[in-house]
Amino acid sequence: MLAYLIRRLFAAAVMLVVIILVVFCIFFLVPKWAGVDIALNFVGKQADPAAVEGVREKLGLGDPVLVQAWEFFKGIFAGRTYAAGGDVTHCAAPCFGYSFKTEQSVWPVLTERFPVTLALALGAAVLWLIFGVAAGVLSALKRGTLWDRGAMVVALAGVSLPIYFTGLLSLAIFSYGLGWIDGEFVPLEDSFSGWIGGMILPWITLAFLYAAMYARITRATMLEILGEDYIRTARAKGLKEQVVISKHAMRSTLTPLLTMLGMDLGALMGGAILTETTFSLPGLGQKVLDAIKNHDLPFILGVVLITSLAVLIANLVVDILYAVIDPRVRLA
Amino acid sequence: MTAPLHEPTAEAAPSAAEEAAVAGAEAKSVQGRSLGRIAWERLKRDRLALAGGIVVLVLIVVAVLAPLITSLYGQEPNAYNEDMIDPLFGTPTGSLGGVSGDHWLGVEPVNGRDIFARIVHGARISLLVGFLSAMVAVILGTVLGVLAGFFGGWVDSLICRIMDGLLAFPQLLFIIALVSVMPDNMLGLSGTGVRLLMMIVVIGFFGWPYIGRVVRGQTLSMREREYVEAARSLGAGRFYILFKELLPNLVAPIIVYTTMMIPTNILTEAALSFLGVGVKPPTSSWGQMLSSAIDYYKSDPMYMVVPGVAIFITVLAFNLFGDGVRDALDPKGSR
Repeated sequence: MLAYLIRRLFAAAVMLVVIILVVFCIFFLVPKWAGVDIALNFVGKQADPAAVEGVREKLGLGDPVLVQAWEFFKGIFAGRTYAAGGDVTHCAAPCFGYSFKTEQSVWPVLTERFPVTLALALGAAVLWLIFGVAAGVLSALKRGTLWDRGAMVVALAGVSLPIYFTGLLSLAIFSYGLGWIDGEFVPLEDSFSGWIGGMILPWITLAFLYAAMYARITRATMLEILGEDYIRTARAKGLKEQVVISKHAMRSTLTPLLTMLGMDLGALMGGAILTETTFSLPGLGQKVLDAIKNHDLPFILGVVLITSLAVLIANLVVDILYAVIDPRVRLA
Repeated sequence: MTAPLHEPTAEAAPSAAEEAAVAGAEAKSVQGRSLGRIAWERLKRDRLALAGGIVVLVLIVVAVLAPLITSLYGQEPNAYNEDMIDPLFGTPTGSLGGVSGDHWLGVEPVNGRDIFARIVHGARISLLVGFLSAMVAVILGTVLGVLAGFFGGWVDSLICRIMDGLLAFPQLLFIIALVSVMPDNMLGLSGTGVRLLMMIVVIGFFGWPYIGRVVRGQTLSMREREYVEAARSLGAGRFYILFKELLPNLVAPIIVYTTMMIPTNILTEAALSFLGVGVKPPTSSWGQMLSSAIDYYKSDPMYMVVPGVAIFITVLAFNLFGDGVRDALDPKGSR
């Protein structure tokens, strides 16, 4: 187990370096090849030439690419100081970038918004796991019945609906039309019930999409597993159907779902951009939209980095959990 | 956004290809039913899939003939109809967002552009990006998947690592990042042209691992089959085996995964346009219409419903058709 753990941690560290380099390439190398003045990307097209030159010098855009990449890399772990003549800007570790437009370090802004994103993702995950997996298992067990068909039609509709449309519809119906919920985001510190009221529609909307995906996948996995030899053996041994399903079949159905859940949660840590935008939730995803609108690239860069790290960590956790559950993994 | 493609069709597909191989061989000698024929007969019985297919065909026709349709209909997508707008609220006059004989689906708030005309023109963007990005993914995925499966060794492990990496990360965010760092003018294109090109290339680039994974698995399993061995023992070269023995058997799974990828790509395009990194105004796109409809969901709900339903119907039709094609090409599927 220890050897596996060390091997896995080492792989994750290598991946971390690769991710940081890829993000560097996306923001500093690819646009350069496409002929963009990168300094303009960071201050906006209307900025005056002196400001552009200042940012160019601060980011060291004239340096060799390897030096730039090293500075970028170092900043994440040790912080970074941007200097142009007497104009010095400091970005404390972990430096996920610095917005020269708003004169803000990216990291504190993003961590301030993180709780909203986390609450949205976790609340939705609870809902979609309960409803998605239950619907999928029931469909598989009652294959071909009216319930199965109905559930699968709803699930297919679920994956075909853009989430911002379901979000808007739910706002129009439940908040504006029926007036059941206020629909405005309220910080948790202000009022607990208000917070729930503001989060309930986003939770349901986001969970509906994922529940639809999980239901389809659970059903397909379960059907496949029910056809396996060991299930037949278990039944032939005379085990109760209940035991066969709950002990033998469910176990193998749920393990692949664990991987999916890890990945999906990791990805959602960077914010459900579309959901947050639709419901005006002040999370990371909405910051991405603001950054697109204001052409404030460092924030996009920061969210991309955070999300990648979250996915990496989620992957690591899932792999370790797997090794705990399934001893074969350790030997592989 | 990634999950719809994760379904275990990968497990079902080997047998599809197996049958493809058998059926293909038989067709030459006995004039039996070809795989295409068998699949078509199965597809014909699947009413939902057929309905999906018909809707897809209609959408393609609408997209291709969009300018003709709007000129027959008598409204241009970018023409303002300010007489249709209530000057006080900026919302359309008349019921249901200004639905009338002249404007079948009403007009937009503020400037009164005809919604039907904009939806028809928006179909072009959705389908263009959906199809072309799927094509980019298919080409990249097939080439790299075959390379990985056929040559094995370090080529295989490198390509697999890249595929795993690309599949693990949230695509929408990376696509947003790539599109937003790129210039407004490049390769002699500007505005919407650049954005279209970017979306096609980037969405395709993030989609190829889905195809690549399947193609690699297929190639790996077929490489060791008897008919390949037979060809090899008859002195066939690597490339002959690749193109004449392997590729024809990869067609079925590639078709399945392509039809399932198009709706996902259409949703991604709509999402990008919704977020403002898609096509530039005044070019109409469904996602963009929805994003401007946010501000009017109370005063003019019709404006939000029309593009939303358009995306829904399109994606649903492709999904139904894709599921049908998958079942038709899968001999295990007796559903």
